[in-house]
Parts: sequence; structure tokens; C-alpha cells
Amino acid sequence: MARTADVVVIGGGIHGCSTALHLALRGLKPILIEKDYAGRHASGVNAGGVRQLARDLHEIPLSISSMDIWERIEELVGDDCGFDAHGTVLVAESEAELAGFRERVEDLRLRGFVHEELIDAAELRRLVPAVSEHCPGGVVSRRDGAADPFRTTQAFRRRAVEKGAEVVEGVTVTGLSRSGANWRVETTDGDFEAPKIVNAAGAWADRIAAMLGEPVPLAVVAPMLMVTSRLPAFIKPVVILRGRKLSFKQLDNGTVVIGGGHLSTPYRDSNETVLDWEKLAISARTVWELFPAMHQATIVRAWAGIEAYMPDGIPVVGKSSTSEGVFHQFGFSTHGFQLGPGTGAMMAELVATGSTNTPIDGLGIERFAAK
Amino acid sequence: MIAAADLASSYELVVIGGGPAGLAAAALAARAGVSTVLFDENPGVGGQIYRAITSTPVKNRAILGEDYWDGAALADEAKASGALIVNGATVWSLDRQRLVGVSIGGKARVIEASRVIIATGSQERPFPIPGWTLPGVMTAGAAQTALKAQGLIVGGRTVLAGGGPLLWLLAAQTLRAGGTIDAILDTTPNRNWLQAIFHLPDFALSPYFGKGLALLREVRAKVPVHRAHTIEAVGTDRLREVVFSGPGGTRRLPVDLLLLHQGVVPNVNLANAAGVAHVWNDRQLCFVPVLDADFGSSVPGIAVAGDGAGIAGGTAAAERGRIAAIAAVRALKPEAVVPDTQAIRQRLQREEMGRAFLDCLNRPADAFRLPEGDTIACRCEEVTARQVRETAQMGCEGPNQMKAFLRCGMGPCQGRLCGLTVTELIAAERKTSPDEVGYYRLRPPVKPITLAELASLPISEAERKAVER
Repeated sequence: MARTADVVVIGGGIHGCSTALHLALRGLKPILIEKDYAGRHASGVNAGGVRQLARDLHEIPLSISSMDIWERIEELVGDDCGFDAHGTVLVAESEAELAGFRERVEDLRLRGFVHEELIDAAELRRLVPAVSEHCPGGVVSRRDGAADPFRTTQAFRRRAVEKGAEVVEGVTVTGLSRSGANWRVETTDGDFEAPKIVNAAGAWADRIAAMLGEPVPLAVVAPMLMVTSRLPAFIKPVVILRGRKLSFKQLDNGTVVIGGGHLSTPYRDSNETVLDWEKLAISARTVWELFPAMHQATIVRAWAGIEAYMPDGIPVVGKSSTSEGVFHQFGFSTHGFQLGPGTGAMMAELVATGSTNTPIDGLGIERFAAK
Repeated sequence: MIAAADLASSYELVVIGGGPAGLAAAALAARAGVSTVLFDENPGVGGQIYRAITSTPVKNRAILGEDYWDGAALADEAKASGALIVNGATVWSLDRQRLVGVSIGGKARVIEASRVIIATGSQERPFPIPGWTLPGVMTAGAAQTALKAQGLIVGGRTVLAGGGPLLWLLAAQTLRAGGTIDAILDTTPNRNWLQAIFHLPDFALSPYFGKGLALLREVRAKVPVHRAHTIEAVGTDRLREVVFSGPGGTRRLPVDLLLLHQGVVPNVNLANAAGVAHVWNDRQLCFVPVLDADFGSSVPGIAVAGDGAGIAGGTAAAERGRIAAIAAVRALKPEAVVPDTQAIRQRLQREEMGRAFLDCLNRPADAFRLPEGDTIACRCEEVTARQVRETAQMGCEGPNQMKAFLRCGMGPCQGRLCGLTVTELIAAERKTSPDEVGYYRLRPPVKPITLAELASLPISEAERKAVER
């Protein structure tokens, strides 16, 4: 006997868990199927940046609606998720770079987005006193911050269950087929049936899409992160660079998380990643140049989480182009953590009502259809 | 002195660890014509068992015992073999592509290896009792290191507590060196004999039988030995007294130094980080790598020899190192002449004969592995046993998930010390096996490195172009 639900959500990352919670809040009965455990991959081990800054225009509405949820996250999930809003600062390393940032900020203003704010050298030093002398300014998004990724994903999972969702972990989807008005989701632990499916399977989402005859050019990637032992507090906001790959943040406990998108080699069938130390050394040198205070910091751990990267670097969000009742929510291309809360709310609305008030134009899977 | 810059970019065989397994493996492979480098983090080779074998100030051979001096021959053999032996070399990463991250004198390199033999030996099992983090409480292994490397003998009122061959060996070595021990608290449960007795015939034939009995007699003649079911280290700023309960009730001993030891377990850190599959060994109460008859692991080209493959002692470690090295030589240089494996396997079997008896007899009691209440489980992040137990009760299924709630295993040691305690506590609370619960996914660097060291890593041509673009 197949287990039945209103919606089967495939994937227990922040996106799947958020969608399951928001579906349950709408009174629907979702079953979430996760092949490992919730937050096992990128959602649980990313840098934790909660950032509206420097986003693609197509994602800004989702990012802003997510930010509204982040600011009342405890109300929603019963856990503050370690969220702190000390802002994100994009540091310019030259006058030419700063000029480019100025253009972008002005362009955003003309479009009605005011979350990005250009700052001069004095304000940069006020926000990030430890930054190296050579940086002439930057951009700040003051509402941004950071959260604890695994704790956040688990909080969404827990609250989803409390609100009536069922979460099935350690179970892999092996096939999709029609069963009357329903979709039959075949798994390593029997069949599930529901009229609707949400594909939030991250680095494995192309396999789900392929089962629907809807192949997508998804790259499996695993951006690397490092963390130091505890240091005296010296920086509040998250710092990112544009020219060189770096994201940099000191947690409340004093440890510093260094990321920025240098990639390891992922093995998605065995859940393994092999780190590339030459690239981590590049990160180390960048930090060295930007923050002289970090020279004697000790690296205690380096890791990478497996996720999906789309050719255009923006996610696949919206209805399937081939299959009635199927919705996609994947391919967040190494910046999906912040988008989880708002995208889940939008997706629940889309699944429940057939449309959404949050603009998601340009994010549909049809953009990858063979022409 | 070899600098990081002096190393070649690749070697046919990289051996990690300069104890008996590593020394024997490197010697055999180098002699067979395989380009071999041995990385050892200590100032001199020998590992723990033969620590400082080439430099110890303890010249009276009787103090450390004849078994210790066996190490000299291994060290000489390795030195003469042509293997490049690099001391002061900390290996901080190994992956399934067999890239070895190593730091020497503050400079890092990543070296390619066709084959790798991990010979990183064992580490002392955690001994989480109330007060074990107080100044004045140390592991017996640390005291033995000081004796071997510096000739330092423990001072003040000293109590040894725990069980296992090394505890008694350290007691004997300390006494022979002129030190005093005020008491030994033997934590070996009497009922262990019920299991061990079945294996006594095998043990009686093993070389450890005679040695073990002599050691016990030597120590018992000079030191009062008490049985202990519970032990607590008491003091506010530092250790003041040891409180223990035994058959005679509860007693208090004023002490300056408490040395704890309840056996050793494989040091799985590097193998785990490299992706080597491990399995729970219920007799030795620890995780051991899954290995074939030649000590090859689940990762192609990576072998684990010595006590890292499961505890069997120094002599067995050397034989295991030779077997692993022969497999490496056969893969790399099929035409090379290697010693007969059969003879080595027979010697190894003889060495391993008494192991079941020792494992059963010295199996640490639950009370000393599964702490309760406010006793610290994770020292780096000061996480208590109660917190771990309650989080497991709340639904947390494994040590990796627990990090997000308690930060246990996320401090400077990255779970290298608390791993077994946390896994066993979760298994106990969730009424399942440690195998089901699993272990920390250990990640490199398996030894902390500074940002400066990492920044010193040379960039390859390809990387430099990528950066400049």
C-alpha cells in the first residue's frame, strides 16, 4: 500500500524543509523524502551567510521576502537559528572596482531596490576596522547577517513535523510515474502517492527532473570552507569580495569561517568531497592580505557541501514544463541558504493556489529546454 | 634537516608515522627499490612505544626494559634502507586521490603518492571521570612520554588509575627510574575474568604471558593496589585528592598527580578523513578500519598498518608494516625481490595470539567510558555528559548532528579526543550500537595548521594562471 499525501517534497535541505513547513501551515499534508538526513549536505554545512547583497536581479524579490522571514525566524520555527544581523559588506579592493559597485547600486535604486548602499573608506573602516589599508570603500546591506545552517535546517524540519508534515529520512527516490490523478513516487522504502511533487533535491535534482523527461544541465559542485580556532572579536559583518573569491565572517564564539566559492571535487554517489588545498591556500593568502590580524590564526577544519550549480548561476524555481503537478526548487548555485525561508513560502503558495505574488520570472526550468 | 622545499612533488610510497609499523614498512619498501618517504611529526623516530629511541637520556637499559630497545634495530634498519625519513613533519591531510598535505618547519606542501601506508598507531582511550580536566590529572601516556624523551620522573604524591598493560609498564618503568607511586587504583572489573578465561590457553602461549606476570609481580611488590568501581578527581583550582569506591567502601587519598589510563585505541583520524571505511570492534570497544589480508583499506592504494589497524602491540605493528610494504612493492615494482610473506604472517599470528585474552580482561568498565551528569565529555568545548545524553534523548541520532546543538567535537581537537565517548553515549541513550550511531566525519586538517602555513603552500602553474586571469 502506497502512503499518500497532498504533496511529496523530495529533498531535506533548507528548501525542502521550508516548503514542507509552509505547506503544512496552509493545512496541506506533505511528506518529505530525504535520502540521508535533513541538512546533511550544502544546507547544513554552508557558510551560513544570510545575504541580500550582490544578488542577481531575478532573485531579489525572493531574497527580500526571505529577509522578512529571517527577521522573525524564531516566531516561525521556534528557534532563533543563531541568526545575527550585522550586515554584509562587499569590499572594493580598488577605485575601479568601487566605480563598478557605484553603477550597480544606482541601477538597483532605479529599479526600486534600496537594500544595497555604497560606502566610502571611512564608513568601511567603521564597519570593518580590521580591513587592510588598500581598500577604498564598498557596499553594505545592513539587514544582512548570518545564521547557523544545520541548526536552521533542523529547526525548519522540526517545526514542519510539529505542524503535520511527515519526514522520511534515509530513503531514496528511485522512480516517478502516474497513478490516476496522483504521482507515484517509488523509493527504496516503498511507494508514496500525491497529486503534487516538489523537487528540492539539490545536487541530485537533475535525476528527479530526468525521471520526468525534463533534463537540466546541472553541475554538481562543492564549495570549500575553512574555520579557525577562536580569536578575539575583531569583526562583526560578513565580508565578501568580488574580484577575488572570498567570504569571511567571525562567529559569536570567536571562530572565523572563510569561504568564497573555491571548489572541491564532489562525489555525489558516495557523499564525499576531496578538498583542493592549492585553492584553499589562495583563500588563505587573500585573508592574509585583507586582514593582517589573521596571520597566526589556526585552521582547525576544512570541508565542502555538495550542491547544484546551474549554467547561468541562478536557481530553477517554478512549475515543471512537462509534468502537471510537479514543481522545481533547486539549483541555487552556492547561494541558496538565505533564499530558503522565502522560497518555501512562495512555493507553498504556488503549489496550493497555482500562482504566486512573488515574482519568479526568469527562474523557470523552461529556460533550459532544448531549442 | 630536510625542508618542505626539498621534497619531491611525488613519491612512489609515502609512509605516515615513524613507529614500528612505519619504520619497518619504509625500510622494506626502500630496500626493494621503491622511492619512499616517511613523515614523522616527532623530533626523532620511534613512535610512542619506542619514543626518542635515538636520543633518550635514559641510558640504563633496565629502566625502560629490553622491549623498548628493540626499537633501535628498527630505526637503524630504516635509516640504512635509503628511505627518506623526515622528522618534524606533520601530515595534516590525506585524501582518496592520495595527495598528502604535510608541514615542515612552518611550510606546507602537498605531495602525490602512488601508495600510502598510514602508520599513525594508537592513542589513549578517553577516561572521562569527574574532575579529569583539573590541572594535576594527566594521562599515563603523557607521563611515559616525559620519561622516555626527557628522562623526567613524576614527582609528588602520585596515583595511577585504570588498567591495561601500559599502566603496569609505566608503573614499573617509573619505579625502576627511582620514582615513587603512592597507589594504583585497578579499575578492571572482576567479571572480566569470566570472559577472559576462555582465551587464557592462547595467552599462555603468547610472549606477553611471561612478561605480563613478571611486570605485575614487580609492581605489586612495591605499590599498594586497590580495586576501584568509581573514581573522582577532586579540587577547585587543581587536583587535591582522589576519591574512589571499591570493595572496602569509599576512600580519599590526598594526591598531587593522578595518571589515568585505560588502554589504547586505533588513531583513526587520518584514515577517517581520507574516506577509509571503519567498523565498530566490540571486543576492543573502538572503531577499526576495514582491511584486507595485506592491510589494504577500502580506498585504493591506502593501507593502514600497526596499531591503527587494531590494537596488537609494537612487535605485531612492525610485522604488519612489512606485510603492507610487500603489497605496495608488488604493486609498484612487480619484479622486485621481497621477503617471504608466509614467515612474516606466522610471526604476526604468534604476536596476536594473546590479544583476545588481553582485550577481554582489560575491557574498561561502563562507568569509566560512559560518564554521567556534569562530567565533561568534550574538553575543548566543555560539553558535559548530561548535555550529550539529553540531546540524544531529544532525537539527535549521531555525533555529526550533535555538533550543531552542542559544538562538541568542533573545538581545536575536532573530536579526536571525545569521539568514542560521544558515540558510545549516544548509542547508550538511543539503545543502539555504536556502529549504527557512527563516528564523527573527520575533516582535514587532521592536525591544526596556521593560516600562514597554508598560505605558504606553493601554487602550481595552472592555479597561478587561474588567479591572474
